[in-house]
Amino acid sequence: MKRSDFLSHVAWTGSGIVWSVAASGLLTSRAFAQDASAGTGLSFVQISDSHIGFHQAANPNVSGTLRAAVDAINALDVQPAFVIHTGDITHLSKPEQFDTAKQILSGLKAPLFTLPGEHDFLGSPGQAYFAAFSGDRVQNSKTGWYSWDQGGVHFVALVNVFNFEKMGLLGADQLAWLQRDLAAQHKSTPIVVFAHVPLYALFPQWGWTTEDGSKALSMLASFDRVTVLNGHIHQIIRHSEGNIQFASADATAYPQPKPGTAAKPGPVTLPQGALLKSIGYRTVNLNGGSPGIGDRPLG
Amino acid sequence: MRPTIFILAIAALAFGGAPALAHGTYTVHIKDFKYNPAPLRISVGDRVRFINDDQEAHTVTATDKSFDSAGLDTGDSWTYTFKKSGTYSYFCTLHPWMKATVIVAAPKGKSS
Repeated sequence: MKRSDFLSHVAWTGSGIVWSVAASGLLTSRAFAQDASAGTGLSFVQISDSHIGFHQAANPNVSGTLRAAVDAINALDVQPAFVIHTGDITHLSKPEQFDTAKQILSGLKAPLFTLPGEHDFLGSPGQAYFAAFSGDRVQNSKTGWYSWDQGGVHFVALVNVFNFEKMGLLGADQLAWLQRDLAAQHKSTPIVVFAHVPLYALFPQWGWTTEDGSKALSMLASFDRVTVLNGHIHQIIRHSEGNIQFASADATAYPQPKPGTAAKPGPVTLPQGALLKSIGYRTVNLNGGSPGIGDRPLG
Repeated sequence: MRPTIFILAIAALAFGGAPALAHGTYTVHIKDFKYNPAPLRISVGDRVRFINDDQEAHTVTATDKSFDSAGLDTGDSWTYTFKKSGTYSYFCTLHPWMKATVIVAAPKGKSS
């Protein structure tokens, strides 16, 4: 596909908001329903925290809500360049839970990328996750972390759930890899980083931080435009540090309390209608202008 | 069968003088992101049943990795027999700030 064809291909229409990266490299968001003719950039979708296998009051049908997200994404007039799942695909890392998740996610029209959450690494860490997704595109790396270039943007998927005791933690090997990976990038290249656990100290009391995240962020600080998208906390929280924009995404499974508003984190049980308003997916349109993110609830 | 039972009885006496049935089973509940009771004091050979009462999943994982329940769903239980004396620190791999210990005493008569 020629670049011009590709760019028109990813123009957005429909109901929702998308991220885009334009040739200028700036992130923008706008409503799907708005004129999509301005969409000359790259668009993608982030989904997170599906917890397939969870069956408690907070969401007795997590497969159904993930399927609803997949259907909504497939119904977009213009398909995203890819969909990335930023972890906690399953609740208990069981092979049958990965099977169910894969079956639902295989319904996506767009290509799928994944990275693991701590719920995907229980028992024999990583075994079931890699068995489920190792054959897929770039994540056939044995490490689980990877990067790729698309539409003039450098995308990086990190794993910060390997070390349970110090979760999140990237570790020396991954940080060394990241340094080499970023060294090959131009300062003006837009960088989009995905990880499961927030890379900054969002709320350490509940484990919503990455212990050595600051080392990664210091490597990213020299780039003009950096966006870090994560899951884990089941709610939308925006934050910025210098040129780095952070955004935590909603889950497709259930919400968690806002930081410090409860004695503990964990599933929050809401009436069905309220549940669907507090879970969903994120559309990202990397286009000219200022950074933006579109979060789309399921209800 | 009789000779077998006899031999087992002798063996039980030889290993501390108490038959295996004397070992207790203790229960630790995981509720509101806490292990209870903690610390738990038991003796060598005792079994501990960990029950997850939370809506969230948890694990019971030794800090030294000597045991790991893997993910415990709501209502799931996992039982482990502590065969050596010592202090066992454990935590939840999903919520690493959840920490507790099991203190396993040597059998009576062996400590002195």
